[in-house]
Amino acid sequence: MSDKKDKIISIGDIALMIGVIAFCVAGIILLVSNSKPGGNVTVTVDGEAIESFPLNKDTEYSVNTDNGMNIIVIKDGVVSVSNADCPDKICVQHPPIDSEGETIICLPHKLVIEIVE
Amino acid sequence: MSRFLEENPKSNMKERHERTLESSRKKEQIKGNKLTALCGVFTALAMILSYLESLVPITFAVPGIKLGLANLVTIIALHKLGLKPTIIISVGRIILSGILFGNVTVIIYSLAGAALSILVMALVRLFKIFTVTGVSILGAVAHNLGQLFVAVIVLENVNIMYYFLVLGISGTIAGAFIGILAGMIMRNIHFR
Repeated sequence: MSDKKDKIISIGDIALMIGVIAFCVAGIILLVSNSKPGGNVTVTVDGEAIESFPLNKDTEYSVNTDNGMNIIVIKDGVVSVSNADCPDKICVQHPPIDSEGETIICLPHKLVIEIVE
Repeated sequence: MSRFLEENPKSNMKERHERTLESSRKKEQIKGNKLTALCGVFTALAMILSYLESLVPITFAVPGIKLGLANLVTIIALHKLGLKPTIIISVGRIILSGILFGNVTVIIYSLAGAALSILVMALVRLFKIFTVTGVSILGAVAHNLGQLFVAVIVLENVNIMYYFLVLGISGTIAGAFIGILAGMIMRNIHFR
């Protein structure tokens, strides 16, 4: 078959790749350099703030939502999710968070754990 | 006798004309049937690819990072079959695999991602600036963006949009990979 050989990759594509990646890397660098250590962590379910904890006190808290359960652990100033009964366990695999604005999200439970001032 | 001879070539021409008309109509018919069959095959292939991908979970630090093998089918369909079959294939794939392996949440997120992704890819293709790789990259990034929009609405938290910075990088790399793969496949496999 005499198809005209369509180019698979062009200079435009590479420029696009570099552009998008540069934009994202710049954004991340900006975010990281501006990040302040947070003081508190808020737990939000379905858009409603239900609980807030100081980061400097180690505690363990179990969130029971209509959709399921997550166990939030605050230890040494960092917050993580130690266990959950959601199917994907993305919140459990998420690395611990400690800077202002960082979040751990459990989509199936509509849960947002966010570090605030 | 002479009349008969006179009429004969005329009727022959007429017949031939009708025959070509008929055959062209038949060709169209086959094209339509072939298109329908190809849509079915593509949908099945997309479902298998997304199932395969779910079997090999590559979890990184941030949720939402994935290769998007099913997007391979979407891109090839968009280039070879057109916009309408692509929408049918994508929606069919998402609803079927959503019912089989996922839930309503998965379907909503996937539909939002696919809708924005196909819209962007179809628009970008009109301008002919990028090759299949560029189309795929923009499609992947748009897919991530569409899903983030839904997440922002569902979780009522705008800060989630920061994830776009990470997903933009992963989407670009995955999109480039899938785009190059789609280009190589389209070079070697002919559909018509």
